[in-house]
Amino acid sequence: MTIQELRTALVSRTTTATSVAEQHYARIAADDGPSGKGINSYLALSRDRALAQAAKIDALAAKGDPLPALAGVPVGIKDVLTMTGSPATASSLILKGYMPPYDATAVTRLEAAGAVLLGKLNCDEFAMGSSNENSAYGPVRNPRALDRVPGGSSGGSAAAVAAGFAVASLGSDTGGSIRQPAAFCGVVGVLPTYGRISRFGLIAFASSLDRVGPFTTNVRDAATMLGVLAGQDAKDATSSDRPVGDYVGALEKPVKGLRIGVPAEYFGEGLNSEIRAAIENALDGLRAAGCEIKKITLPHTKYAIPTYYVVATAEASANLSRFDGVRFGLRADGVKTLSAMFRETRDQGFGAEVKRRILLGTYALSAGYYDAYYLKAQQVRTLLTRDFLAAFAEVDAIVAPITPTPPWKLGEKTADPLQMYLEDIYSVAASLAGICAMSVPCGQTAAGLPIGVQIMGPHFNEETMLRVALSIETAQT
Amino acid sequence: MADVAGVTMDEVLRVAELANLELTAEEVPRMQHDLNAILGHIAQLNELDTSGVPAMAQVGEMLGAEIESTGANLRADALLPSLDRKAVMASAPESDGRFFKVPKVIER
Repeated sequence: MTIQELRTALVSRTTTATSVAEQHYARIAADDGPSGKGINSYLALSRDRALAQAAKIDALAAKGDPLPALAGVPVGIKDVLTMTGSPATASSLILKGYMPPYDATAVTRLEAAGAVLLGKLNCDEFAMGSSNENSAYGPVRNPRALDRVPGGSSGGSAAAVAAGFAVASLGSDTGGSIRQPAAFCGVVGVLPTYGRISRFGLIAFASSLDRVGPFTTNVRDAATMLGVLAGQDAKDATSSDRPVGDYVGALEKPVKGLRIGVPAEYFGEGLNSEIRAAIENALDGLRAAGCEIKKITLPHTKYAIPTYYVVATAEASANLSRFDGVRFGLRADGVKTLSAMFRETRDQGFGAEVKRRILLGTYALSAGYYDAYYLKAQQVRTLLTRDFLAAFAEVDAIVAPITPTPPWKLGEKTADPLQMYLEDIYSVAASLAGICAMSVPCGQTAAGLPIGVQIMGPHFNEETMLRVALSIETAQT
Repeated sequence: MADVAGVTMDEVLRVAELANLELTAEEVPRMQHDLNAILGHIAQLNELDTSGVPAMAQVGEMLGAEIESTGANLRADALLPSLDRKAVMASAPESDGRFFKVPKVIER
C-alpha cells in the first residue's frame, strides 16, 4: 500500500485509519516475531498512541473535513528517535527501558500531519553498523531473503516497510544507514541535505553527520514524507532556514535535459557485476528519457572511509560520554565509588562495536594524536566536499552504486570489523559532504536479491534528485 | 602524521581509562588487534598533502554560512517552558525526586 492509495481509500470511505492500523498490527503479530518469519523489526509497539491518532483521523474523514498530508499513514520510528510513551533504547542495553520525556521534532511533525505511529524499530546499537547485527535485542532479518542481513544501521526501518509492517518509516543516516538498508531490502530511502530535517530528539552518534530521513515503497511517497519532515527547528541550531521545496510538485517536471554525472571512482574492482549491470541499465533509461550522461571524477573518494571512521568515531566518543549511569538508563549494581560506577555501567551497557568506536575516537582525539588523525580527517573532509561542489558545477545529479555487493548472509562478516567498514565505500562521501542522496530500487540479482542505485544531489536540491529517482523507478515498471 | 599500526596493550588500556570503559582481559587483545587494523587503513590519509587546507567541522561552513559576530541574528531571549522535572527524574536510576543520587566520589 502506498500513501497515495491509502489517502484515496480514506477519502472515499472504503477503509478507516483504525482498520488500516489494525491490519498492520495483525501482520506484525503474525510475521515479525519468532513464531512467524522472525524478522524482528519492531522493538516496541505504541498501540494506544496509534489507535488514538487513527480515531482522530477517522473522525475527520467522517465529517468530510480535509485530511492532512499523511492522514492515517502507518509509520514506524527507528529506535534512535524519542517518542513519549515508548522506550527509546538505541538498541542498547545501556538505555533498556528508558522512557524519554519529549518527542523528537521529526516525530511531532509526522503526527501533526496525520501519521499513525505504530512503534519503535530495531537498528544497530547507537546506529553503529552496516548489517543490523549489532543490536542488543537481536538481529533483523531481510524480508526479501530471510537468511540475509537487511543492512544497517536502520535495518528495522527498511525491513518494516519491505515486509508491509508500515507504509513508511523513519531512519537515521550517519554514513549510509538509510541508503544501504533501503537498497538491501528493495525500498526507497532518502538522506536529505544536512540541516534539512531537525535532529532534535535523535540520540546523537556523530552530530556533524547524523541525519533523519524516510523510507517508503516508492519515490512519490518519499517526496510526501520529506515535505512534512523538512524545515527549520528552533530546537536544532544546525537546522537550515532555507525554504522547503515542493518535492511532490517537482516530480511533475520531466528529466529531459538534466546532466547526470557518473563518477569513475564508484565503478572500480570491488563492484559486483550484477549491480554494475543494473546501474548501467538505469543510466540507459535516463539517457532514453533525454538526460545527458557525463563521466565525472570525484578524486578523493578512496579517502572517504578512513576520513569517516576518524570523524564519526571522534564525535561518537564525545557524544556517548553522557551514558554514565547517573541520569537515565542502566546503572551497574554493587559499585562502591562514582568512577567505578561509570566504568562498570559502560562496560555492561555497551556492546563490542560501540566500545570499539569509542576507543578509536578517544584515541584519535587524545593528546599527541589530535593533529595526526582528527585534524587531518577534517581537512580531507574539506577536499571530499570540494570534489562534490566541483562536480555539481558540471552536472545536476550524480548516479552511482550505493552498495558494492548484494545483502550478505547473517554472521558472514561479523568477525572482521574493518571488512564491515569497507562495505560503506559508496555511502560515506555524501555523508561527509552533507549533500542529499537517496537509494531507489533498480532491479534484482539472478538469485532475487534487491539492487539499489544511489542518486546524489547538490546541497538543498532534493527536487532534482527525486526527479531522477522517479525516472529510474518508472523505467523499472 | 604519527606512525600507525603500533598501538600497544598499554595504550589500549590508557585509552579505555580516558573513555571510562572497563575492558575484560579477553577484550583488550581483540581491541588492540582491531584498532591496529583500522588505524592501518586510516594511515592512507598520509598520502594527501593537506597543508593549507582548512579543517571542516560543519557542513554549513562549506556553503558560505558566516558566523554573525554582532549577535544581531540571535533569537530573542524569551522564557519558554522547560521539561517537567518529574518526567526527567523518573528516568534516573536513583533519585530523591530533586537530585540525582550517586555513590560517593572520594574513596576513604
